[in-house]
Amino acid sequence: MHKGRIFNIMKYSIHDGPGIRTTVFFKGCPLQCQWCHNPEGQRFDQELIYRPDKCIGCGQCLSICPSKAVEIIQGQAHYFRDKCLACGECCKVCPTGVRELAAKGMSVKDVLTEIEKDLIFYDESGGGVTFSGGEALMQADFLMEILKECRKKEIQTAVETAGFVKIETLRKISPYVDLFLYDLKLMDSSKHQNFTGVPNELILDNLRWLSENHPKVIVRVAIIPGINDGEDDLEKLGEFVSGLKRVKEIHCLPYHKAGLDKYQRLGREYGLSGLNSPNDERMSEIAQKLEQFGIEVKIGG
Amino acid sequence: MNQRVTKLRQQSLETEAFISAERAELITEYYRSAGNKSVPVQRALAFKYLLEHKEICINEDELIVGERGPAPKATYTYPELCCHSLDDLDILNSRPKISFKVSPEVRKAYEERIIPYWQNNSMRDLIFEEMSEDWKASYDAGIFTEFMEQRAPGHTVLDDKIYHLGFRDFIAKIDEHLSRLDFLNDTEAYNKQEELKAMGICAQAIISFAERHAKKALELACSEANPLRKKELERIAEVCSHVPANAPRDFWEALQAYWFVHLGVITELNTWDAFSPGRLDQHLFPFYQRGIDEGTLNEEQARELLQCFWVKFNNQPAPPKVGVTAAESGTYTDFANINSGGLKADGSNGVNDVTYLVLDVIDEMRLLQPSSNIQLSKKNPDRFLKRAARIIRKGWGQPSLFNADTVVEELLRQGKLIEDARQGGTSGCVETGAFGKESYILTGYFNLPKIFELVLHNGLDPRTGQQLGIETGDPRSFKGFEELFAAFKKQLHYFMDIKVKGSNIIERLYATYMPSPFLSLLIDDCIAKGKDYNDGGARYNTNYVQGVGLGSLTDILSGIKYHVFDHKNLTMDQLLDALNANFLGHEAVRQLLVNKTPHFGNDQDYADDVMVDIFNAYYSEVNGRPNTKGGFYRINMLPTTCHVYFGSVIGASAEGRRSGEPLSEGISPVQGMDLMGPTAVIKSAAKLDHARTGGTLLNLKFTPQVLEGEEGLNKLAQLVRSYFKLGGHHIQFNVVSAKTLRAAQAEPEKYRDLIVRVAGYSDYFCDLSEALQEEIITRTEHTEF
Repeated sequence: MHKGRIFNIMKYSIHDGPGIRTTVFFKGCPLQCQWCHNPEGQRFDQELIYRPDKCIGCGQCLSICPSKAVEIIQGQAHYFRDKCLACGECCKVCPTGVRELAAKGMSVKDVLTEIEKDLIFYDESGGGVTFSGGEALMQADFLMEILKECRKKEIQTAVETAGFVKIETLRKISPYVDLFLYDLKLMDSSKHQNFTGVPNELILDNLRWLSENHPKVIVRVAIIPGINDGEDDLEKLGEFVSGLKRVKEIHCLPYHKAGLDKYQRLGREYGLSGLNSPNDERMSEIAQKLEQFGIEVKIGG
Repeated sequence: MNQRVTKLRQQSLETEAFISAERAELITEYYRSAGNKSVPVQRALAFKYLLEHKEICINEDELIVGERGPAPKATYTYPELCCHSLDDLDILNSRPKISFKVSPEVRKAYEERIIPYWQNNSMRDLIFEEMSEDWKASYDAGIFTEFMEQRAPGHTVLDDKIYHLGFRDFIAKIDEHLSRLDFLNDTEAYNKQEELKAMGICAQAIISFAERHAKKALELACSEANPLRKKELERIAEVCSHVPANAPRDFWEALQAYWFVHLGVITELNTWDAFSPGRLDQHLFPFYQRGIDEGTLNEEQARELLQCFWVKFNNQPAPPKVGVTAAESGTYTDFANINSGGLKADGSNGVNDVTYLVLDVIDEMRLLQPSSNIQLSKKNPDRFLKRAARIIRKGWGQPSLFNADTVVEELLRQGKLIEDARQGGTSGCVETGAFGKESYILTGYFNLPKIFELVLHNGLDPRTGQQLGIETGDPRSFKGFEELFAAFKKQLHYFMDIKVKGSNIIERLYATYMPSPFLSLLIDDCIAKGKDYNDGGARYNTNYVQGVGLGSLTDILSGIKYHVFDHKNLTMDQLLDALNANFLGHEAVRQLLVNKTPHFGNDQDYADDVMVDIFNAYYSEVNGRPNTKGGFYRINMLPTTCHVYFGSVIGASAEGRRSGEPLSEGISPVQGMDLMGPTAVIKSAAKLDHARTGGTLLNLKFTPQVLEGEEGLNKLAQLVRSYFKLGGHHIQFNVVSAKTLRAAQAEPEKYRDLIVRVAGYSDYFCDLSEALQEEIITRTEHTEF
């Protein structure tokens, strides 16, 4: 059976749509935003999350690694990522959780089993399931199967997307989605290219299409200080969103550094060190600015 | 809060608890000169003697009057139950936490009069004399505790009868039953006569006690310069000469009537387990409504009276234990717990205007005592839950939340009438009872993981090297998990026999030597049966054995099942070596158990099924055993703070716990092992059949930011409703950040008022032992990422 690549399933998710929700995180994303707080969701390929601080030097990984990516130096296991195949053999024997595979292969049934565990909370709160990532639409066929099952079982669904997908994908999937959480990063395409690795024309076109063809779309913008919160950026954002047909709601999410440690555990550099979270006053300033365009603005998800 | 209440509250908070020898002296005096009387009459006359001779205390500016001792925070002792030694008194006086000041005069009274009379002559001495060697060995090893070795069976809650009947009516009822005794055909007639006579003496005693307050109030009024206060004192005198002799006529009298009854119960014996008014909002509502309609009461007056009433509870610290150590600090709380909401006897919504007033008072007063809870039925409106959630969110641990519909189901399952069940509720920590009609005593905590530790050592206690249990086989020889679990059940059965046998004897000792005629006349059907509360007089008689360590034992068994039997990552031998070494040199084994075991509390059936098996085994072992009062043993799952003590007597265990560390509490997961958030904890906890218990305790800890805003509040309410839909009995929330708790540890003087939910009750964080403080900090913080 076809399996999806999922890197996390979070219960009691209360900021990704209405009510109490479960958020399913799909691995792999066409964007590489420098501020991404889920870097383990960026690449589609399997990778190893490595937390050397938990190592007790038991050496079990040493004997099992097929590609000799581990050496014990002075009682501590050292890991050489360039040799690693991310086969996960070491994760099975490691007693402390120093090593963990970033993603799990899950069947539609596996994912549904997890989603259905919290039905009672969705019922009580008007919640449901949110598919996020990474980019959930990169595994569109797999997502589609789950969405169809959710529809059968009357489970409310939301898809969070950055929108860098073929329009056909959106066309195909949108009838099965109750709510789109549509992430906009930057309005200026060349800046977009700089900070996320791709231009934004496709993203904006797709959002226009969606706003004309889907009943419920909420725009979400992570406010990254100094990058997308300038007067000009906000103005363009307000203009664009107020020009959309049915979209009248923006959620502004303050940038946070909670994902910083994850970069280290993946052996990557964090491109934006030194940025601070915008404070409450700044966030309400931004909200006020956007509200001038006749848009409903909410701070947080 | 007005000036009067602010002052009374502040005084109550600032006054230090101290030991008063008044009761001990009076009871000793009485017994020295007592004539030859039947035991119940003897006890009644002792009660009368106490109330006639104790000092009457009316505090400045208060409206509800009466203290148990001669002053606020004066704490009585009960030498006929258990007698403090001089060492006990010295420790109480000097220990840094939950201290009780002991004056030289009190110490002298103990040395010269009290100890010489009661030494080797208390109920405690009698109990230990009657217990078998097996019982004593199990008790010493920490297999179980015994509530009655330090205090009497009380543990009950009042219904609405004192709001309809005065004690003169009780006396008339008693006389009627006395006149109907049939000495020709009823072999019990004489015993009934003595018990009824005793109840009559007690009823008269409480009336006279109230009259002494009326007299004192008038005296004070005479010398009072302030005309306003003078009027108040005259009103107090009027109230006290009317209640509890007669049924109360208004809101004020209703509160004062209850308070006299409360003082009576906690003076008669040490029922250090929760005498409470029960459905206070429903009892008071008719008086409130009438007062408002007639224009004799307004909301502010009602609020003030309630607040004055609240202060009275806080003025009565729980009597301290004997045989104390400096390390074991106990608590000041006497476990009075006020219920709000729930259902009426006809099954309709019980929330009324007084309910919201009571919630306001809880919120404003922020006192340790009385504790408070709401009984939430599916029939209660959401606004009621939301109002309670607003208080819960403030993070000082009250009110806790109970599922009124499950409570009713529990009571019905035990065979109670539906009206009695609907008018029941919970008291103490989480214990279910039929208010005004049931004796539902706690007999002791039971250490489930300790039983399993013995199984791993073929009945030997590794801490002492003593062969404590039966031989259930060398665990290395077990072929599968089923064999291991069968051994656990055998060992459990062996020790439960010891426990229940002991409790049945203790129950007879209390029935024979320590009846409580005052409490009896308050609880149906003691008068009708002519039988004491301690002898099966109540309509329902339930004995609970409280299972402790469900989460810990689940993770222990899940770990062994997973690693030893299913996946063969470890042999039993390797595991035992690691445990016996307290994991020293076996850290990899410990890490494997901690990190690679399916844990309870994550909504995963592998571990949760093990939990259900343990629960069912415990239930089957206890439920339905007969007690000596015509009732049965039942289970509930609550630890109070016993999971710390029980952990201290167990070596390293297979959930990765090091020797001596605390166990999990209530039905909560092992501290820090619930990794999937609050919905998963709730789902896991709901997998046991709560309706087959008399109470379970689930603790969730949130940091404040998760509950911010109206949305945070709604989500809290939705979590509660979801858990209750699934049949959960009780849930409580600690809303505080670990950072705050650490700061309180570092500078306790700045955080004296920090109240946290411990386990079924709240306590001052700074008064908790360090082990318990650490444990509260470790309880998983369900923060949202």
